[in-house]
Amino acid sequence: MTLDFGLMLDKMPEILSGLWVTLWMWVVSTILGAALGFLVATARRYGPAAVNWFLKLCVEILRGTPFLVQLFLLYFGGPFVGLRLEPVPAGLIGLTIYASAYFSEIFRAGFQAVPRGHVEAAECVGLSRTQILRRIIAPEMTMLVLPQCVNMAIILIKETAILSIITVPEMTMVIGAIGSQQYAFVDAMFLLAIFYWVLVEICGFLGRLAEARLSKFRFAVS
Amino acid sequence: MSSTRPSPATDDIPAVTVKGVTKRFGDTEVLQGIDLSVPTGATTCLIGPSGSGKSTLLRCIAFLEEATTGTILIHGDPLGFAEGPNGQRSRLSPQKIRAVRSRIGMVFQQFNLWPHMTALGNVCEALVTVRKMKRSEAEDLGMAQLSRVGLENRAGHYPSELSGGQQQRVAIARALALDPEILLFDEPTASLDPELTGEVLNVMRDLADSGMTLLVVTHEIGFAATVGRRIAFLDHGKLLLNGTPQELFGEPRHPRLGQFLETYLDRGAATLL
Ligand SMILES: Nc1ncnc2c1ncn2[C@@H]1O[C@H](COP(=O)(O)OP(=O)(O)O)[C@@H](O)[C@H]1O
Ligand SMILES: [Mg+2]
Repeated sequence: MTLDFGLMLDKMPEILSGLWVTLWMWVVSTILGAALGFLVATARRYGPAAVNWFLKLCVEILRGTPFLVQLFLLYFGGPFVGLRLEPVPAGLIGLTIYASAYFSEIFRAGFQAVPRGHVEAAECVGLSRTQILRRIIAPEMTMLVLPQCVNMAIILIKETAILSIITVPEMTMVIGAIGSQQYAFVDAMFLLAIFYWVLVEICGFLGRLAEARLSKFRFAVS
Repeated sequence: MSSTRPSPATDDIPAVTVKGVTKRFGDTEVLQGIDLSVPTGATTCLIGPSGSGKSTLLRCIAFLEEATTGTILIHGDPLGFAEGPNGQRSRLSPQKIRAVRSRIGMVFQQFNLWPHMTALGNVCEALVTVRKMKRSEAEDLGMAQLSRVGLENRAGHYPSELSGGQQQRVAIARALALDPEILLFDEPTASLDPELTGEVLNVMRDLADSGMTLLVVTHEIGFAATVGRRIAFLDHGKLLLNGTPQELFGEPRHPRLGQFLETYLDRGAATLL
Protein backbone atom coordinates (compact mmCIF):
# COMPACT_ATOMS: atom_id res chain seq x y z
CA MET A 1 0.00 0.00 0.00
CA THR A 2 1.46 3.31 -1.07
CA LEU A 3 -0.17 6.24 0.61
CA ASP A 4 0.31 9.13 -1.78
CA PHE A 5 -1.35 12.06 -0.09
CA GLY A 6 0.31 14.51 -2.44
CA LEU A 7 -1.69 12.93 -5.19
CA MET A 8 -4.86 13.20 -3.13
CA LEU A 9 -4.08 16.85 -2.44
CA ASP A 10 -4.28 17.62 -6.16
CA LYS A 11 -7.81 16.25 -6.14
CA MET A 12 -8.83 18.29 -3.10
CA PRO A 13 -11.59 20.33 -4.84
CA GLU A 14 -13.30 17.13 -5.99
CA ILE A 15 -12.90 15.50 -2.60
CA LEU A 16 -14.32 18.55 -0.85
CA SER A 17 -17.29 18.65 -3.17
CA GLY A 18 -17.90 14.94 -2.46
CA LEU A 19 -17.64 15.60 1.24
CA TRP A 20 -20.11 18.45 0.89
CA VAL A 21 -22.64 16.27 -0.97
CA THR A 22 -22.32 13.57 1.70
CA LEU A 23 -22.77 16.11 4.47
CA TRP A 24 -25.82 17.92 3.19
CA MET A 25 -27.57 14.80 2.00
CA TRP A 26 -26.95 13.19 5.37
CA VAL A 27 -28.19 16.19 7.36
CA VAL A 28 -31.25 16.76 5.19
CA SER A 29 -32.30 13.10 5.05
CA THR A 30 -31.77 12.73 8.81
CA ILE A 31 -33.94 15.76 9.58
CA LEU A 32 -36.62 14.88 7.03
CA GLY A 33 -36.49 11.22 8.04
CA ALA A 34 -36.92 12.10 11.70
CA ALA A 35 -39.81 14.46 10.89
CA LEU A 36 -41.51 11.86 8.69
CA GLY A 37 -40.84 9.19 11.30
CA PHE A 38 -42.48 11.36 13.94
CA LEU A 39 -45.55 11.80 11.73
CA VAL A 40 -45.72 8.06 11.08
CA ALA A 41 -45.41 7.28 14.79
CA THR A 42 -48.08 9.87 15.62
CA ALA A 43 -50.45 8.59 12.94
CA ARG A 44 -49.93 5.03 14.13
CA ARG A 45 -50.66 5.99 17.73
CA TYR A 46 -53.58 8.35 17.28
CA GLY A 47 -54.94 7.43 13.84
CA PRO A 48 -57.49 4.77 12.94
CA ALA A 49 -56.55 1.09 13.16
CA ALA A 50 -56.38 0.73 9.36
CA VAL A 51 -53.80 3.52 9.13
CA ASN A 52 -51.77 1.92 11.89
CA TRP A 53 -51.92 -1.44 10.12
CA PHE A 54 -50.89 -0.01 6.75
CA LEU A 55 -47.99 2.01 8.17
CA LYS A 56 -46.84 -0.96 10.22
CA LEU A 57 -46.63 -2.99 7.01
CA CYS A 58 -44.61 -0.23 5.28
CA VAL A 59 -42.24 0.02 8.23
CA GLU A 60 -41.79 -3.76 8.33
CA ILE A 61 -40.94 -3.86 4.62
CA LEU A 62 -38.50 -0.97 4.88
CA ARG A 63 -36.79 -2.47 7.89
CA GLY A 64 -36.82 -5.95 6.43
CA THR A 65 -35.03 -5.18 3.17
CA PRO A 66 -31.53 -3.80 2.48
CA PHE A 67 -31.24 -0.10 1.72
CA LEU A 68 -29.27 -0.99 -1.40
CA VAL A 69 -32.23 -2.95 -2.78
CA GLN A 70 -34.70 -0.20 -1.89
CA LEU A 71 -32.54 2.35 -3.66
CA PHE A 72 -32.22 0.18 -6.76
CA LEU A 73 -35.98 -0.30 -6.89
CA LEU A 74 -36.60 3.43 -6.54
CA TYR A 75 -33.97 4.53 -9.08
CA PHE A 76 -34.09 1.78 -11.68
CA GLY A 77 -37.62 0.48 -11.01
CA GLY A 78 -39.20 3.94 -10.66
CA PRO A 79 -39.26 4.67 -14.43
CA PHE A 80 -41.45 1.58 -14.99
CA VAL A 81 -44.19 3.27 -12.97
CA GLY A 82 -43.49 6.71 -14.43
CA LEU A 83 -41.20 7.88 -11.63
CA ARG A 84 -38.05 9.13 -13.30
CA LEU A 85 -35.65 10.69 -10.80
CA GLU A 86 -32.19 12.18 -11.03
CA PRO A 87 -29.59 10.47 -8.80
CA VAL A 88 -29.50 13.15 -6.10
CA PRO A 89 -33.28 13.46 -5.57
CA ALA A 90 -33.62 9.68 -5.79
CA GLY A 91 -30.92 9.25 -3.17
CA LEU A 92 -32.42 11.89 -0.92
CA ILE A 93 -35.92 10.44 -1.14
CA GLY A 94 -34.68 6.89 -0.69
CA LEU A 95 -32.55 7.71 2.32
CA THR A 96 -35.30 9.81 3.92
CA ILE A 97 -37.90 7.07 3.57
CA TYR A 98 -35.46 4.43 4.79
CA ALA A 99 -34.58 6.62 7.79
CA SER A 100 -38.20 7.41 8.58
CA ALA A 101 -39.00 3.73 9.14
CA TYR A 102 -36.37 3.44 11.86
CA PHE A 103 -37.14 6.86 13.35
CA SER A 104 -40.83 5.97 13.54
CA GLU A 105 -39.97 2.92 15.65
CA ILE A 106 -37.77 5.04 17.91
CA PHE A 107 -40.57 7.56 18.40
CA ARG A 108 -43.14 4.84 18.91
CA ALA A 109 -41.14 3.52 21.84
CA GLY A 110 -40.72 7.13 22.97
CA PHE A 111 -44.48 7.67 23.05
CA GLN A 112 -44.83 4.64 25.28
CA ALA A 113 -42.06 5.83 27.58
CA VAL A 114 -43.77 9.14 28.47
CA PRO A 115 -45.41 8.45 31.84
CA ARG A 116 -49.20 8.34 31.68
CA GLY A 117 -49.34 10.58 34.75
CA HIS A 118 -47.59 13.43 32.96
CA VAL A 119 -50.34 13.39 30.35
CA GLU A 120 -53.04 13.16 33.01
CA ALA A 121 -51.57 16.15 34.83
CA ALA A 122 -51.81 18.11 31.58
CA GLU A 123 -55.41 16.98 31.04
CA CYS A 124 -56.25 18.12 34.55
CA VAL A 125 -55.02 21.67 33.91
CA GLY A 126 -57.05 21.82 30.70
CA LEU A 127 -54.55 21.31 27.89
CA SER A 128 -56.19 20.00 24.72
CA ARG A 129 -55.01 16.84 22.98
CA THR A 130 -52.88 18.69 20.45
CA GLN A 131 -51.48 20.98 23.14
CA ILE A 132 -50.52 17.91 25.18
CA LEU A 133 -48.81 16.39 22.16
CA ARG A 134 -46.94 19.59 21.35
CA ARG A 135 -46.11 20.85 24.83
CA ILE A 136 -45.68 17.68 26.88
CA ILE A 137 -45.33 14.46 24.90
CA ALA A 138 -43.13 15.64 22.02
CA PRO A 139 -40.51 17.40 24.17
CA GLU A 140 -40.44 14.68 26.82
CA MET A 141 -40.15 12.01 24.19
CA THR A 142 -37.39 13.88 22.39
CA MET A 143 -35.18 13.83 25.42
CA LEU A 144 -35.96 10.18 26.06
CA VAL A 145 -35.09 9.08 22.52
CA LEU A 146 -32.16 11.42 21.88
CA PRO A 147 -29.49 8.71 22.30
CA GLN A 148 -31.26 6.41 19.82
CA CYS A 149 -31.68 9.30 17.38
CA VAL A 150 -27.96 10.06 17.52
CA ASN A 151 -27.29 6.40 16.96
CA MET A 152 -29.58 6.41 13.94
CA ALA A 153 -27.88 9.52 12.54
CA ILE A 154 -24.55 7.69 12.80
CA ILE A 155 -25.94 4.69 10.94
CA LEU A 156 -27.31 7.02 8.27
CA ILE A 157 -24.01 8.75 7.61
CA LYS A 158 -22.52 5.39 6.75
CA GLU A 159 -25.53 4.48 4.61
CA THR A 160 -24.88 7.56 2.44
CA ALA A 161 -21.97 5.58 0.94
CA ILE A 162 -24.52 3.35 -0.79
CA LEU A 163 -25.79 6.38 -2.75
CA SER A 164 -22.62 6.02 -4.89
CA ILE A 165 -24.26 2.97 -6.49
CA ILE A 166 -26.77 5.23 -8.26
CA THR A 167 -23.99 7.72 -9.17
CA VAL A 168 -24.71 10.35 -6.53
CA PRO A 169 -21.44 12.33 -6.53
CA GLU A 170 -20.84 11.91 -2.81
CA MET A 171 -17.64 11.10 -0.96
CA THR A 172 -17.46 7.37 -1.66
CA MET A 173 -18.06 7.82 -5.37
CA VAL A 174 -15.59 10.70 -5.74
CA ILE A 175 -12.80 9.15 -3.73
CA GLY A 176 -13.44 5.70 -5.18
CA ALA A 177 -13.18 7.12 -8.68
CA ILE A 178 -9.95 8.92 -7.86
CA GLY A 179 -8.57 5.73 -6.40
CA SER A 180 -9.38 3.74 -9.52
CA GLN A 181 -7.93 6.36 -11.88
CA GLN A 182 -4.73 6.52 -9.86
CA TYR A 183 -4.48 2.78 -9.27
CA ALA A 184 -4.50 3.53 -5.53
CA PHE A 185 -7.84 2.06 -4.60
CA VAL A 186 -6.81 0.83 -1.16
CA ASP A 187 -5.28 4.19 -0.24
CA ALA A 188 -8.45 5.90 -1.34
CA MET A 189 -10.63 3.58 0.71
CA PHE A 190 -8.36 4.13 3.71
CA LEU A 191 -8.77 7.87 3.36
CA LEU A 192 -12.50 7.39 2.97
CA ALA A 193 -12.69 5.33 6.15
CA ILE A 194 -10.96 8.13 8.03
CA PHE A 195 -13.40 10.70 6.66
CA TYR A 196 -16.44 8.70 7.76
CA TRP A 197 -14.95 7.92 11.11
CA VAL A 198 -14.24 11.62 11.79
CA LEU A 199 -17.81 12.51 10.80
CA VAL A 200 -19.19 9.80 13.09
CA GLU A 201 -17.05 11.04 15.97
CA ILE A 202 -18.23 14.62 15.42
CA CYS A 203 -21.84 13.44 15.34
CA GLY A 204 -21.35 11.41 18.50
CA PHE A 205 -19.70 14.37 20.19
CA LEU A 206 -22.58 16.71 19.30
CA GLY A 207 -25.02 14.08 20.53
CA ARG A 208 -23.24 13.78 23.86
CA LEU A 209 -23.18 17.56 24.15
CA ALA A 210 -26.93 17.73 23.58
CA GLU A 211 -27.53 14.90 26.03
CA ALA A 212 -25.47 16.65 28.69
CA ARG A 213 -27.50 19.81 28.21
CA LEU A 214 -30.73 17.86 28.53
CA SER A 215 -29.55 15.65 31.38
CA LYS A 216 -30.76 17.92 34.12
CA PHE A 217 -34.34 17.26 33.12
CA ARG A 218 -33.94 13.78 31.79
CA PHE A 219 -34.09 11.83 34.99
CA ALA A 220 -36.70 13.62 37.01
CA VAL A 221 -37.57 11.41 39.94
CA SER A 222 -41.23 10.57 40.00
CA MET B 1 -61.25 34.23 37.34
CA SER B 2 -62.87 34.86 40.70
CA SER B 3 -66.15 35.05 38.81
CA THR B 4 -66.08 31.25 38.55
CA ARG B 5 -66.28 31.06 42.32
CA PRO B 6 -69.72 30.32 43.68
CA SER B 7 -71.35 33.27 45.36
CA PRO B 8 -71.80 32.92 49.13
CA ALA B 9 -75.49 32.30 48.58
CA THR B 10 -74.71 29.05 46.72
CA ASP B 11 -72.17 27.87 49.27
CA ASP B 12 -74.62 25.42 50.74
CA ILE B 13 -74.47 23.55 47.42
CA PRO B 14 -71.78 20.92 47.94
CA ALA B 15 -68.54 21.45 46.06
CA VAL B 16 -68.81 17.90 44.77
CA THR B 17 -71.87 15.69 44.70
CA VAL B 18 -71.40 12.03 43.85
CA LYS B 19 -74.64 10.18 43.15
CA GLY B 20 -74.81 6.44 42.68
CA VAL B 21 -71.43 6.18 41.02
CA THR B 22 -70.24 2.75 39.98
CA LYS B 23 -67.08 1.93 38.12
CA ARG B 24 -66.26 -1.37 36.47
CA PHE B 25 -62.91 -2.47 35.13
CA GLY B 26 -63.86 -5.47 33.03
CA ASP B 27 -65.67 -7.83 35.36
CA THR B 28 -64.74 -6.23 38.65
CA GLU B 29 -66.93 -3.54 40.10
CA VAL B 30 -64.38 -1.31 41.79
CA LEU B 31 -66.94 1.28 42.94
CA GLN B 32 -70.30 -0.13 43.92
CA GLY B 33 -72.70 2.78 44.07
CA ILE B 34 -71.04 5.68 45.86
CA ASP B 35 -73.04 8.59 47.25
CA LEU B 36 -70.95 11.37 48.73
CA SER B 37 -71.10 15.09 49.06
CA VAL B 38 -68.05 17.20 49.67
CA PRO B 39 -68.87 20.40 51.57
CA THR B 40 -67.59 23.71 50.23
CA GLY B 41 -64.81 25.47 52.11
CA ALA B 42 -63.75 22.49 54.19
CA THR B 43 -61.48 19.47 54.01
CA THR B 44 -62.90 16.03 53.41
CA CYS B 45 -60.59 13.07 53.86
CA LEU B 46 -61.10 9.79 52.08
CA ILE B 47 -59.55 6.84 53.88
CA GLY B 48 -59.66 3.12 53.43
CA PRO B 49 -57.57 0.04 52.81
CA SER B 50 -55.42 -0.21 49.74
CA GLY B 51 -57.44 -1.40 46.76
CA SER B 52 -60.74 -0.17 48.21
CA GLY B 53 -61.27 2.23 45.29
CA LYS B 54 -60.14 5.56 46.74
CA SER B 55 -58.00 6.52 43.77
CA THR B 56 -60.66 5.37 41.33
CA LEU B 57 -63.29 7.56 43.02
CA LEU B 58 -60.96 10.56 43.03
CA ARG B 59 -60.04 9.94 39.40
CA CYS B 60 -63.72 9.81 38.47
CA ILE B 61 -64.21 13.19 40.15
CA ALA B 62 -61.20 14.54 38.21
CA PHE B 63 -62.73 12.93 35.08
CA LEU B 64 -59.55 10.93 34.50
CA GLU B 65 -61.84 7.91 34.61
CA GLU B 66 -65.42 7.90 33.46
CA ALA B 67 -67.87 6.48 35.96
CA THR B 68 -69.73 3.48 34.53
CA THR B 69 -73.02 4.73 35.95
CA GLY B 70 -74.06 7.56 38.21
CA THR B 71 -73.61 11.30 38.25
CA ILE B 72 -70.99 13.70 39.55
CA LEU B 73 -71.84 17.36 40.05
CA ILE B 74 -69.33 20.16 40.60
CA HIS B 75 -71.14 22.91 42.49
CA GLY B 76 -74.30 21.58 40.91
CA ASP B 77 -72.95 21.41 37.35
CA PRO B 78 -72.78 17.97 35.75
CA LEU B 79 -69.30 16.62 35.04
CA GLY B 80 -68.90 14.77 31.77
CA PHE B 81 -72.46 13.58 31.38
CA ALA B 82 -75.80 15.27 31.59
CA GLU B 83 -78.68 13.32 33.05
CA GLY B 84 -81.86 13.34 31.02
CA PRO B 85 -85.38 13.40 32.46
CA ASN B 86 -85.57 9.60 32.42
CA GLY B 87 -82.19 9.14 34.04
CA GLN B 88 -80.36 8.35 30.78
CA ARG B 89 -76.88 9.83 30.46
CA SER B 90 -75.64 11.81 27.50
CA ARG B 91 -72.09 12.94 27.01
CA LEU B 92 -71.44 16.68 27.17
CA SER B 93 -69.41 18.47 24.51
CA PRO B 94 -65.62 18.50 25.00
CA GLN B 95 -65.71 22.27 25.67
CA LYS B 96 -68.35 21.86 28.37
CA ILE B 97 -66.43 18.99 29.91
CA ARG B 98 -63.25 21.05 29.96
CA ALA B 99 -65.02 24.07 31.40
CA VAL B 100 -66.25 22.07 34.40
CA ARG B 101 -62.97 20.17 34.75
CA SER B 102 -61.01 23.42 34.85
CA ARG B 103 -62.68 24.18 38.18
CA ILE B 104 -60.98 21.14 39.74
CA GLY B 105 -57.32 20.90 40.64
CA MET B 106 -55.57 17.56 41.06
CA VAL B 107 -52.43 16.62 42.97
CA PHE B 108 -51.01 13.16 42.33
CA GLN B 109 -49.07 10.74 44.48
CA GLN B 110 -46.30 10.74 41.86
CA PHE B 111 -46.27 14.59 41.55
CA ASN B 112 -46.31 14.26 37.74
CA LEU B 113 -44.37 17.44 37.14
CA TRP B 114 -43.24 17.89 33.55
CA PRO B 115 -39.50 17.20 33.67
CA HIS B 116 -38.57 19.48 30.77
CA MET B 117 -39.97 22.58 32.45
CA THR B 118 -38.71 24.49 35.47
CA ALA B 119 -40.81 24.79 38.61
CA LEU B 120 -42.11 28.14 37.36
CA GLY B 121 -42.63 26.69 33.88
CA ASN B 122 -44.77 23.92 35.32
CA VAL B 123 -46.89 26.42 37.25
CA CYS B 124 -47.28 28.80 34.29
CA GLU B 125 -47.88 26.27 31.51
CA ALA B 126 -51.68 26.18 31.63
CA LEU B 127 -51.92 29.91 32.33
CA VAL B 128 -50.18 30.56 29.01
CA THR B 129 -51.46 27.68 26.85
CA VAL B 130 -54.99 27.39 28.19
CA ARG B 131 -55.81 30.74 29.78
CA LYS B 132 -53.86 32.61 27.05
CA MET B 133 -52.17 34.87 29.58
CA LYS B 134 -49.11 36.86 28.60
CA ARG B 135 -45.93 35.06 29.68
CA SER B 136 -44.92 37.93 32.00
CA GLU B 137 -48.34 38.07 33.65
CA ALA B 138 -48.37 34.30 34.04
CA GLU B 139 -44.94 34.40 35.62
CA ASP B 140 -46.01 36.98 38.17
CA LEU B 141 -48.97 34.83 39.09
CA GLY B 142 -46.80 31.71 39.07
CA MET B 143 -44.26 33.31 41.40
CA ALA B 144 -47.07 34.24 43.77
CA GLN B 145 -48.22 30.61 43.83
CA LEU B 146 -44.67 29.37 44.37
CA SER B 147 -44.28 31.70 47.37
CA ARG B 148 -47.56 30.38 48.70
CA VAL B 149 -45.91 26.95 48.95
CA GLY B 150 -42.60 28.46 50.10
CA LEU B 151 -40.65 27.82 46.91
CA GLU B 152 -40.17 31.24 45.34
CA ASN B 153 -36.40 30.69 45.47
CA ARG B 154 -36.66 27.43 43.51
CA ALA B 155 -38.53 28.89 40.52
CA GLY B 156 -35.74 28.19 38.03
CA HIS B 157 -35.05 24.63 39.17
CA TYR B 158 -36.02 21.61 37.13
CA PRO B 159 -38.01 18.86 38.89
CA SER B 160 -34.93 16.61 38.94
CA GLU B 161 -33.14 19.28 40.96
CA LEU B 162 -35.84 19.34 43.66
CA SER B 163 -36.54 17.02 46.57
CA GLY B 164 -39.75 14.97 46.54
CA GLY B 165 -41.39 17.31 49.02
CA GLN B 166 -40.45 20.34 46.93
CA GLN B 167 -41.74 18.66 43.77
CA GLN B 168 -45.06 17.97 45.44
CA ARG B 169 -45.30 21.59 46.60
CA VAL B 170 -44.64 22.74 43.02
CA ALA B 171 -47.42 20.39 41.90
CA ILE B 172 -49.73 22.02 44.44
CA ALA B 173 -48.72 25.49 43.19
CA ARG B 174 -49.42 24.33 39.63
CA ALA B 175 -52.94 23.30 40.62
CA LEU B 176 -53.49 26.50 42.64
CA ALA B 177 -52.44 28.74 39.75
CA LEU B 178 -55.69 27.98 37.94
CA ASP B 179 -57.68 29.11 40.97
CA PRO B 180 -59.68 25.89 41.30
CA GLU B 181 -62.84 25.61 43.38
CA ILE B 182 -61.80 22.19 44.63
CA LEU B 183 -58.40 20.61 45.09
CA LEU B 184 -58.17 16.83 44.92
CA PHE B 185 -55.19 15.04 46.49
CA ASP B 186 -54.42 11.38 45.87
CA GLU B 187 -52.08 10.24 48.64
CA PRO B 188 -49.89 13.32 48.21
CA THR B 189 -47.28 12.18 50.73
CA ALA B 190 -47.27 8.45 50.05
CA SER B 191 -44.17 8.48 47.85
CA LEU B 192 -42.20 10.84 50.09
CA ASP B 193 -39.54 10.02 52.66
CA PRO B 194 -41.05 10.40 56.14
CA GLU B 195 -39.02 13.52 56.92
CA LEU B 196 -40.45 15.25 53.83
CA THR B 197 -44.14 14.57 54.46
CA GLY B 198 -44.37 17.38 57.02
CA GLU B 199 -43.63 20.21 54.59
CA VAL B 200 -46.35 19.01 52.22
CA LEU B 201 -48.91 18.43 54.98
CA ASN B 202 -48.17 21.93 56.32
CA VAL B 203 -48.92 23.47 52.94
CA MET B 204 -52.16 21.50 52.80
CA ARG B 205 -53.04 22.58 56.34
CA ASP B 206 -52.55 26.23 55.30
CA LEU B 207 -54.82 25.73 52.32
CA ALA B 208 -57.46 24.15 54.54
CA ASP B 209 -57.19 27.07 56.98
CA SER B 210 -57.60 29.54 54.14
CA GLY B 211 -61.01 28.03 53.42
CA MET B 212 -60.25 26.06 50.27
CA THR B 213 -62.30 23.00 49.51
CA LEU B 214 -60.03 19.97 49.72
CA LEU B 215 -60.77 16.32 49.05
CA VAL B 216 -57.81 14.30 50.27
CA VAL B 217 -57.15 10.60 49.88
CA THR B 218 -54.63 9.89 52.58
CA HIS B 219 -53.06 7.34 54.84
CA GLU B 220 -52.00 10.12 57.20
CA ILE B 221 -54.68 9.39 59.79
CA GLY B 222 -53.34 12.12 62.06
CA PHE B 223 -53.81 14.69 59.32
CA ALA B 224 -57.30 13.36 58.57
CA ALA B 225 -58.28 13.55 62.24
CA THR B 226 -56.98 17.07 62.80
CA VAL B 227 -57.64 18.81 59.47
CA GLY B 228 -60.57 16.84 58.09
CA ARG B 229 -64.00 18.27 58.69
CA ARG B 230 -65.54 15.14 57.20
CA ILE B 231 -64.07 11.67 56.96
CA ALA B 232 -65.28 9.14 54.42
CA PHE B 233 -64.27 5.51 54.87
CA LEU B 234 -64.24 3.40 51.74
CA ASP B 235 -64.08 -0.39 51.92
CA HIS B 236 -64.31 -2.82 49.02
CA GLY B 237 -65.79 -0.21 46.71
CA LYS B 238 -68.49 0.86 49.14
CA LEU B 239 -68.69 4.02 51.18
CA LEU B 240 -69.01 2.38 54.58
CA LEU B 241 -68.88 5.45 56.81
CA ASN B 242 -69.11 9.18 56.34
CA GLY B 243 -69.04 11.64 59.21
CA THR B 244 -67.02 13.93 61.42
CA PRO B 245 -63.68 12.73 62.81
CA GLN B 246 -65.31 12.46 66.25
CA GLU B 247 -68.09 10.28 64.90
CA LEU B 248 -65.71 7.96 63.04
CA PHE B 249 -62.69 7.81 65.30
CA GLY B 250 -64.46 8.06 68.65
CA GLU B 251 -65.91 5.04 70.46
CA PRO B 252 -67.75 2.94 69.58
CA ARG B 253 -65.91 2.39 66.34
CA HIS B 254 -67.22 0.52 63.34
CA PRO B 255 -65.47 -2.87 63.40
CA ARG B 256 -64.10 -2.57 59.83
CA LEU B 257 -62.74 0.91 60.55
CA GLY B 258 -61.29 -0.39 63.82
CA GLN B 259 -59.53 -3.18 61.94
CA PHE B 260 -58.22 -0.70 59.37
CA LEU B 261 -56.96 1.70 62.04
CA GLU B 262 -55.18 -1.14 63.86
CA THR B 263 -52.65 -1.19 61.04
CA TYR B 264 -51.68 2.38 61.99
CA LEU B 265 -51.22 1.77 65.69
CA ASP B 266 -47.60 0.79 65.15
CA ARG B 267 -47.03 4.03 63.36
CA GLY B 268 -48.00 6.07 66.40
CA ALA B 269 -51.15 7.46 64.84
CA ALA B 270 -53.28 6.17 67.70
CA THR B 271 -51.95 8.92 69.92
CA LEU B 272 -53.40 11.49 67.53
CA LEU B 273 -56.92 10.15 67.74
N1 LIG C 1 -57.17 0.87 35.19
C1 LIG C 1 -57.53 -0.21 35.91
N2 LIG C 1 -57.82 -1.38 35.33
C2 LIG C 1 -58.18 -2.45 36.05
N3 LIG C 1 -58.32 -2.46 37.38
C3 LIG C 1 -58.04 -1.31 38.03
C4 LIG C 1 -57.63 -0.14 37.35
N4 LIG C 1 -57.44 0.84 38.25
C5 LIG C 1 -57.70 0.30 39.46
N5 LIG C 1 -58.06 -0.99 39.34
C6 LIG C 1 -58.45 -1.88 40.43
O1 LIG C 1 -59.44 -1.25 41.18
C7 LIG C 1 -59.27 -1.51 42.56
C8 LIG C 1 -59.25 -0.22 43.33
O2 LIG C 1 -58.08 0.48 42.98
P1 LIG C 1 -57.74 1.91 43.55
O3 LIG C 1 -58.86 2.82 43.27
O4 LIG C 1 -56.41 2.30 43.02
O5 LIG C 1 -57.65 1.63 45.11
P2 LIG C 1 -56.97 2.49 46.24
O6 LIG C 1 -56.60 3.81 45.69
O7 LIG C 1 -58.01 2.57 47.31
O8 LIG C 1 -55.79 1.72 46.71
C9 LIG C 1 -58.03 -2.33 42.71
O9 LIG C 1 -58.40 -3.67 42.87
C10 LIG C 1 -57.31 -2.12 41.41
O10 LIG C 1 -56.58 -3.26 41.06
MG1 LIG D 1 -54.70 4.72 45.47
